[in-house]
Amino acid sequence: MIENKKFQSAYNFAFLDERTKREIRRKILKAIALPGYQVPYSSPEMPIARGWGTGGLHVSLAIIGRKDVFKVIDQGSDASVNACSLRQFIERMTGCRTTVDTAEATLIQTRHRIPEEILTEQQILVFQVPQPEILRGVERLETRTRSMHAEADYSKLWVSLYEAYVRYGSLMRGAGYPVRVNGRYMMSPSPIPRWDVPNLSDARCLYLFGAGREKRIYAIPPHTVVEPLEFEDVRFRVEDWGATACAYSNARDAFLDEIYEDDSSRKFVVNDSNFLDKLRTGPRPPQRLFRNPQ
Amino acid sequence: MGYVAVKGGQEAIANAAELVEYYRLRAATPPIEIEQIRTQMRLLVDKIMGEGSLYAPDHAALALKQNEGDVFEAAFTMRAYRATLKREYYSEVLVTRDMLIRRRISAAFRDIPGGQILGPTRDYTHRLFQPELTTESMPSIEEFLQRIDAHIDPAKLTAIPKFGKVIDVLRAEGLLLVRDEGDRRVVDVTREAIKFPAPRSAALQMMARAETGGLMCLGYSTMRGFAAGGHGTVGELRVGDVAVQVKDPRGRVRYLGRITVTECEMVNSSKGSGKKGSLPLLSVGYGLCFGQNETKAICMGMLDNSLREPNEANPANSQEFTLYHTEGVESYGFTNHLKLPHYVTFQSGLDNLREAMQRTLASYAGLTVESPAK
Amino acid sequence: MNDMALNSGWLLRVRGLTKIYGQPDGDSIARTGPQASTNICPVTGAIVACAGIDFDLYPGEVLGVVGESGSGKSTLVQLLYFDQPPTAGSAFFTALDNGTTDLFTLSNQRRRHVRNHLLGMVYQNPRDGLNFNFTAGGNIAEKLIMAGSMNVASIRERSSNLLRQTEVPVARMDQTPRTFSGGMQQRVQISKAIANHPPLLFLDEVTSGLDVSVQAKVLDMIRQIQSELGISMIVVSHDLGVIRMLTDRTLVLKNGRIVESGLTDQILQDPQHAYTQLLVSSLL
Repeated sequence: MIENKKFQSAYNFAFLDERTKREIRRKILKAIALPGYQVPYSSPEMPIARGWGTGGLHVSLAIIGRKDVFKVIDQGSDASVNACSLRQFIERMTGCRTTVDTAEATLIQTRHRIPEEILTEQQILVFQVPQPEILRGVERLETRTRSMHAEADYSKLWVSLYEAYVRYGSLMRGAGYPVRVNGRYMMSPSPIPRWDVPNLSDARCLYLFGAGREKRIYAIPPHTVVEPLEFEDVRFRVEDWGATACAYSNARDAFLDEIYEDDSSRKFVVNDSNFLDKLRTGPRPPQRLFRNPQ
Repeated sequence: MGYVAVKGGQEAIANAAELVEYYRLRAATPPIEIEQIRTQMRLLVDKIMGEGSLYAPDHAALALKQNEGDVFEAAFTMRAYRATLKREYYSEVLVTRDMLIRRRISAAFRDIPGGQILGPTRDYTHRLFQPELTTESMPSIEEFLQRIDAHIDPAKLTAIPKFGKVIDVLRAEGLLLVRDEGDRRVVDVTREAIKFPAPRSAALQMMARAETGGLMCLGYSTMRGFAAGGHGTVGELRVGDVAVQVKDPRGRVRYLGRITVTECEMVNSSKGSGKKGSLPLLSVGYGLCFGQNETKAICMGMLDNSLREPNEANPANSQEFTLYHTEGVESYGFTNHLKLPHYVTFQSGLDNLREAMQRTLASYAGLTVESPAK
Repeated sequence: MNDMALNSGWLLRVRGLTKIYGQPDGDSIARTGPQASTNICPVTGAIVACAGIDFDLYPGEVLGVVGESGSGKSTLVQLLYFDQPPTAGSAFFTALDNGTTDLFTLSNQRRRHVRNHLLGMVYQNPRDGLNFNFTAGGNIAEKLIMAGSMNVASIRERSSNLLRQTEVPVARMDQTPRTFSGGMQQRVQISKAIANHPPLLFLDEVTSGLDVSVQAKVLDMIRQIQSELGISMIVVSHDLGVIRMLTDRTLVLKNGRIVESGLTDQILQDPQHAYTQLLVSSLL
């Protein structure tokens, strides 16, 4: 029979055993040394389902220290149920302090957003990545995409952009816009909206990407040049809400959520929950803004 | 949206967890005991141990209980637990030739050395309901067991026969294809990410851990013409116990215990070695999984054959397709992640679509359409 | 090597080019060839697709490679276009490092560069040269983008011009070639192949799949492009009519070996090798 104590045994600090942590740290270092390159790693199973942030968790748990202050956001919100679930798990496994304040956090795990507020040298942003392979849409086989990256053979990706433009009049890439990192590797910035893509370039913080199910880690070190793919005459553009302002803060120049009320009326609200809190209670936090061409 | 909202999310999670517990128990029936699940849901426990990649019947039974019988969740719970266990040893090679046989059949020959042993199977049981089970009781169970016990001759229990392998007959005659297996490394797919083309050891490990239904889907596809090789024949299927041994630090082989496994050798015709004059010799595909899970072992055997004849046109001839997509815990997790909010990514796509729609409409008769967002 | 490149004026120099499939032994080459009337080694079953091929190609020249199927002529251009690796041999190309680097020693990345910038290929089957999931324009754009064109308007202008040059209706630029006729698919392939003004173009049985009436038009067009651009070409065909119409010089291949070479007119008028005589007589 099972001894009950087996299920109540204390877990290692940050859940992962030290050997796994060391392995993941080595892979993170490799990823930092080769910006944008996808490094395969062991990706052990977690008590969180595949596709629900295991890769981000691996990275966060491998690097978190006892003095870290931790923040989790999902789709820009600290309050999303999955963000709460991950936060509780990390809290339980590390005892680290958590926060919703972007500026206060030293380690932020995110799904699909970069906070609006500028991140600094003191901070690391860990992305949860569902599909790390930017070439998957044009080439389904891993054996081929790996050699395409090795040979910097990105013609199919470019042609797919060209074809979208020819067919629809714009590049039609939503979230997960393809970027070139440090002039070399094409990379999926996890599906962050285009609004966030310019913030990947020349950032002060370190960006780490964990794709648990696909078992890949990649990184953008601080002050790395990250360029969204664009043509000279068909430019990358971020989402545009025109003159629409946030219904709660009256602010513009932030990623807005489209919210429907019970009567089907619609309003737009600043997506980044901590940024919205700060807009409503004090001075606007520092932001890096990108202006669409023309 | 600050602390209060976060608190709300946390409360919602806690309430949902409690509510689902309520749904498990609200009929107020007597609790199912772990031992009952382990013994009376034997085949389900075997399946969970295989897919959970952990030979631990009690844990599998608990996983089934706490997940109300959801097999995907149960296998997932096993895997998550397994990942926290220290890996002290790799076992010595299991010697399935020395298996304590419970059941052993071959479809290739009418009689085989050692004989066909039907063993415990429902293969030939008519699938009719057994209403008497609805009134089963301890006395009725004991009566049944006594009846069975009466048939057992204790004198014979000490003689443990060994059975030769059916494929040895074929091998002795030179009918088996000797493949150049290429990469013979034994990798550990739980310790490093699989890379393609994967060595056979990785493919077999992935399939031994794969979700049974997914494996069956692709195995079945090979028989319906979606792979080279065709129908295949069960050379031998055996179910029984094998010893697990490890080497201690001083190099001595130590016996740890026995596990039940299902092993299958699927025999298929091959394309031959490709050398001039080579014959379409028989290829042996190998399947092995925890417990008694014959469907899985057979499908694994079929796919082991088809994967060694790569052809991207067929899912079952493609390592990438087969191994990635039959991985139950990963495919289950990712399909269910669709329930997570995606409103940021969705908004980004909507922005594109609305803009494109505006442009298209504007191109007809100079109309302009007001984008609701602008 | 540098001196050689500067002195002799060749564009492409091929030496000892050999491709063997299967598992040959040391004598497989000796056991095959025209004298054995086979390219299959009777002992090992290895297929000697071509062996010991030597030739030079000069700037602006059109070289024909003729032979029956199985003679190794298609293999020859596929090796030079890096579609498959050779078993042995070297190739020097003055457009790359002044002809000092053996093409077959290049890294995959540099090979890709040579394919995209310095070579063009038109296959017998348009599916091999075109991606039918992309539009005709997209296929041409792929080549242009890889050579550094990053302006959609100029990519489209250049693609339109190329299609016009190869007599494909520009109105069909944004359609997939899947729906095109065989002749039009070949024209799109040619547009793509010449998109980056490569100094060297390979044409592998480009008219073999086409109706006779369409063949003549495509050949005319190829001749016109050649005279306009002064591009060097290697034209592979089993059809001496095609060879006569397009080429200046010809190599005759049989069982993977060159059995005769010389000016195309001379070969047609006065074939020396018995096999060439057979080919020429069948043309008449």
